Amino acid sequence: MKYTEDDLKKELETKEYEYGFYTDIESETFPIGLNEDIVRAISAKKEEPQWMTDWRLESFRYWQQMEEPEWANVHYEKPDFQAISYYSAPNGKPKYDSIDDVDPELLETFAKLGISLDEQKKLAGVAMDVVIDSVSVATTFKSTLAEKGIIFCSISEAIREHPELVRKYIGSVVPQRDNFYAALNSAVFSDGSFCYIPKGVRCPMELSTYFRINQANTGQFERTLVIADEGSYVSYLEGCTAPSRDENQLHAAVVELIALDDAEIKYSTVQNWFPGNKEGKGGVFNFVTKRGICEKNAKISWTQVETGSAVTWKYPSCILKGDNSIGEFYSIAVTNNYQQADTGTKMVHIGKNTRSTIISKGISAGKSQNSYRGLVKINRRADGARNFSQCDSLLMGNACGAHTFPYIEVDNKTAQIEHEATTSKIGEDQIFYCNQRGIDTEKAIALIVNGFSKEVLNKLPMEFAVEAQKLLEISLEGSVG
Amino acid sequence: MDLKDKLLTSHIAFEDHLKADSPLHDLRSNALKVFEEKGFPSKKEENWKYTSLNSVLKEDYSFSPKGESVIEFKDVKKYFLHNVDTYKIVFIDGVYSSFLSETTHDNIDVCLLSSALDKSKYKPVIEAYFNKAAKKDGLTQLNTAFTKEGAFIHIPKNKEADKPIEIIYFSTGNEAAMFLQPRNLVVADENAHVQIIERHQSLSSNAVLTNAVTEIFADKRAMVDYYKIQNDVLSASLVDSTYVEQQRDSICSVHTFSFGGQITRNNLQFKQLGEHCDSILNGITIIGDKQHVDHNTLVHHIAENCESHQDYKGIFDDSSTGVFNGKVYVEKEAQKLDAFQQNNNILISDKATINAKPQLEIFADDVKCSHGCTIGQMDSEALFYMRSRGIGEKEAKALLMYAFANNVLESVKIPELKSRINKLIANKIGVSLGFEL
Repeated sequence: MKYTEDDLKKELETKEYEYGFYTDIESETFPIGLNEDIVRAISAKKEEPQWMTDWRLESFRYWQQMEEPEWANVHYEKPDFQAISYYSAPNGKPKYDSIDDVDPELLETFAKLGISLDEQKKLAGVAMDVVIDSVSVATTFKSTLAEKGIIFCSISEAIREHPELVRKYIGSVVPQRDNFYAALNSAVFSDGSFCYIPKGVRCPMELSTYFRINQANTGQFERTLVIADEGSYVSYLEGCTAPSRDENQLHAAVVELIALDDAEIKYSTVQNWFPGNKEGKGGVFNFVTKRGICEKNAKISWTQVETGSAVTWKYPSCILKGDNSIGEFYSIAVTNNYQQADTGTKMVHIGKNTRSTIISKGISAGKSQNSYRGLVKINRRADGARNFSQCDSLLMGNACGAHTFPYIEVDNKTAQIEHEATTSKIGEDQIFYCNQRGIDTEKAIALIVNGFSKEVLNKLPMEFAVEAQKLLEISLEGSVG
Repeated sequence: MDLKDKLLTSHIAFEDHLKADSPLHDLRSNALKVFEEKGFPSKKEENWKYTSLNSVLKEDYSFSPKGESVIEFKDVKKYFLHNVDTYKIVFIDGVYSSFLSETTHDNIDVCLLSSALDKSKYKPVIEAYFNKAAKKDGLTQLNTAFTKEGAFIHIPKNKEADKPIEIIYFSTGNEAAMFLQPRNLVVADENAHVQIIERHQSLSSNAVLTNAVTEIFADKRAMVDYYKIQNDVLSASLVDSTYVEQQRDSICSVHTFSFGGQITRNNLQFKQLGEHCDSILNGITIIGDKQHVDHNTLVHHIAENCESHQDYKGIFDDSSTGVFNGKVYVEKEAQKLDAFQQNNNILISDKATINAKPQLEIFADDVKCSHGCTIGQMDSEALFYMRSRGIGEKEAKALLMYAFANNVLESVKIPELKSRINKLIANKIGVSLGFEL
């Protein structure tokens, strides 16, 4: 029997989210709702010092006065913040000395995700700080890193062990009252990663964490703080998958990067949270604040591949404070079915001779909406600033939308800004060309999409690039007939 | 009492002067209600993020002139295109000046909106078109509420305006600050052709705020060229809203030349209702001092096989501010579209600012949409090249600026207007190149 495109389409439409499973680990979950007592309880649970508790409470008070932002080009039913449980930790011993002590069910979860710890250990080069529902349960390669003086641990541990560093830098890039979700995160963040690279150290391996939203009805509020001291280098990976759930799950993370003089941070994300089913039901709400600050000659590079989440609201930004600092943003955002993405970056040029590059590739299919929203701001004293922005959109079918909202604010005459955007579709001639050389339509589309996104894929570390390419294929399967 | 309250209370008096049974009565009072609700735009509105009217709204404006002002032609001759024959519709402080005007009803109608609103002969046109394209935002509604006078141009089927039409609004400012709200209606029927030049000119140093609304309708295969010259004195501010609706195979262009004024805000919106439309939006902005020019454009593509071209160039000196907020909106029905948007800016001074926001919103997949936006300085190598060949620095800079703006200038179809704008640019840059481009 001939396998037609329609068959394929049907097959893909009914294809369930691959990573949609739910691990039953006895969780210790807080009652739903949010008030000062909950904030205090979270803080107490994590055995935090008084200053941290006060900081959380302060954030909570700011949050109460703020309103949920509505300017983004996304439409969704607003989450009820009183119907969410703000803390959930996998049960059992909080820490494991060896992999054998880890709950076997947890290990199975990782196996399903294709990231079993054993494998990871053997794979070498990748140290994992695994976050499953808020608490860090296993950390590998810690000793290797410790030799170099690199601190890589959960943020709760960092608050206990290295309070001087956390206290100095937390909230320094994303202040508590920065925005609605950042304030919420500051009040209730459950866990996250902390990383400190000492002066002049080049981190020998790619640091990575895996975030998963596991327990139903628990928002994940992780907080990441990466500090690269003078002249250091670090490459940090973050990857996400989440189980299939019908209710929308809220995810409001805050990531702060601090690159001191001459330091370089490379931050890569692959986000593949549950995007909702093909009717647009369920899926994760992803409201993330990511921002980095560059001191003199420093460099921050954001690379992201966004294929998941029902609603994405995410703008990894760079504040180019020091002279000669560099900010980069490479992004691929893929939306299918009823997904909505409003993503982009902010490049704020403050120092002299600062440079920034923005490459954004948006691919929309199905009934999805994909927006690029970016700001390039050149301050009055940022002499010789340079920016290049490129936003390309690829549309598949006429039920989806592509939007571009670039803001360019220039106060300095020596600035040089270039912005360009194009919109296109996959040409019939391109597909025909592939077809006549024996490549079927589905493969041809994957090929063309890969080519379209190549500039960004090339920026990903090896481990991620392969995964990302596969993700792109999976996300777009069946979207063109 | 602020300006909004003053306007609201004066509306009763305004309506008293007009015929009570005026068909526009309901339209006016509804429009006033919308304005009452929305008020003047604030910076909190996304579309007004970079432009604040606060400084000009503080003035104590008078809404209608107390006495009739007379201007001698020789005093204002320089504001007209005097070396080419044109139809003229001239207003002084919002009142029609028959002495300076030259209207016609021969084949085409070039006359006053007030008479078109009154006469039954024009009723079908007014009913079909008046206030049909204007948006429901506060300022436009304010203009509608106070609609009384303006230009009315109607070109019937297969007719062509035999000469360009000049619309000039003078404000004498004889009695303190003036708030003017002219309203223009341009209707080009099937296969009609027309060229229009619009200008607002203040003759004193008293503050003037003009809230102008123009509606342009181009039927099948019609061609409309509209030129706006904004070279007013520094005490004058202008909010100019232009709404264009195009039917199939029509070509409409709006050129905006912004050289003067304190705050100039251009709202330019195109709607393409039929296939094969072409919309052209061009602009040159050259400003200095503390001037502020804001171009807010929207091209709404609804039908297939259409085109739109936007090209805005800006040169900013001193503490001036330029804003470009362009949007191309493509409905999912508007396949096979070619939309292009270009915005280039040069900053000359350390204190000048540019805020640009070129947006695309696309719902159709088989389209060609692109936009480009650049901000930079003059090429120092090019300057050096010219100076090494004996061209003075000032002249070399002027040459580069000319070259920069030339693309837009080239598309001006009236030769006399082109040379006039050339002179204005030379004047603005402060050099005479001794040749015309």
